[in-house]
Amino acid sequence: MVEFTLPRNSKVQKGKHHAAAPTATRVKTLQVYRWSPDDDQNPRVDTFQIDLDQCGPMVLDALIKIKNEIDPTLTFRRSCREGICGSCAMNIDGTNTLACLKPLDELPDTGKVYPLPHMDVVKDLVPDLTHAYAQYASIKPWLQSESPTEKGQERLQSVEDRAQLDGKWECILCFSCTTSCPSYWWSGEKYLGPAVLLQASRWISDSRDDATGERLDDLEDPFRLFRCHTIMNCTKTCPKGLNPAEAIGEIKRKMVERRT
Amino acid sequence: MVSYVKKRPLSPHLQIYKPQITSVLSITHRMTGIALALGFVGIAFWLFAVILGDEYYHPFLYFFSTSIGKLALIGWTWALFYHMCNGVRHLAWDAGYGFALKTVTWSGWLVVAASLIFTLVAWWFGACCGCYSCHCPATTGVTP
Repeated sequence: MVEFTLPRNSKVQKGKHHAAAPTATRVKTLQVYRWSPDDDQNPRVDTFQIDLDQCGPMVLDALIKIKNEIDPTLTFRRSCREGICGSCAMNIDGTNTLACLKPLDELPDTGKVYPLPHMDVVKDLVPDLTHAYAQYASIKPWLQSESPTEKGQERLQSVEDRAQLDGKWECILCFSCTTSCPSYWWSGEKYLGPAVLLQASRWISDSRDDATGERLDDLEDPFRLFRCHTIMNCTKTCPKGLNPAEAIGEIKRKMVERRT
Repeated sequence: MVSYVKKRPLSPHLQIYKPQITSVLSITHRMTGIALALGFVGIAFWLFAVILGDEYYHPFLYFFSTSIGKLALIGWTWALFYHMCNGVRHLAWDAGYGFALKTVTWSGWLVVAASLIFTLVAWWFGACCGCYSCHCPATTGVTP
């Protein structure tokens, strides 16, 4: 259901202010969402002033600097720092993206950093992705094939068939798109969301996969697939430049085509 | 662990997500749809009033002469044209066209521009060439 406000325990309060050293000349202010399970406080927004001359170029660099030098309790996920692991997905300056790919230069003087929207918060910028991962598992994201291969042979694919997977296999499952989708905000418990549906379409499009019919049967549901109303926030926000909305449209068309 | 899970706050969503051309046009589509549905109920009453005669029709005439009434009418026509134009955009998506981000952006602005132009044109014809009640240049010299 649509919610215009946050539950009482989730309302965000004003937090601490950490000023930059007086010698700093180029300063960027970051407002960062904080919440800890260890006390009974509501979430708060802390303000950190960053000396850009003493910091790497990306938002992730600034978060690491804060953790190293200002507040070691700041908690966030990160791993590869080059946009391929999907760990540091968060809401930066109002849209979802990867902190490691977002240059500090692109932020206004005061940049805002929040966890992925409308998710349970584990701590600070770490959302609980358990449900999203379970939804991913529910589409059986692996090759299902009845046809035997010749002994020791791979399942071959033509160049054209392989090209059908382009724009789909590159997804790193950061869930930026899924958590940008208002339909997922209001119906996420039943609607699969753009990231998972993009992967569903990746397996439906695979010429080596024999379970296309079952996969479509499984998605033919007013919620699992058809809660997508082509809002297009997913495509707009994808940090990898992919197009989940187009993939979902493709699944919807395949549903119609197989009936005729 | 269980107690932690219960306590977990929900991260901010509508409150912090920057309005996008994508989501703003989408919610406008829904809101104009609601406005159209309500407006059609009004049209049904208006038609009844036409049948029932003068004394029933008069309140409508009065309402449409007030600025709130005019604004409602203009707003409703715009809602009609916006919903129609954006409906065509949805039709293209359903047929598999126009998903590229660039296309989504320009088709969105096109819908906004077209709905405004259609509204202006409709009202120019409706107000200046139909009722003769105003004194705009188009009607000067024309006797009702």
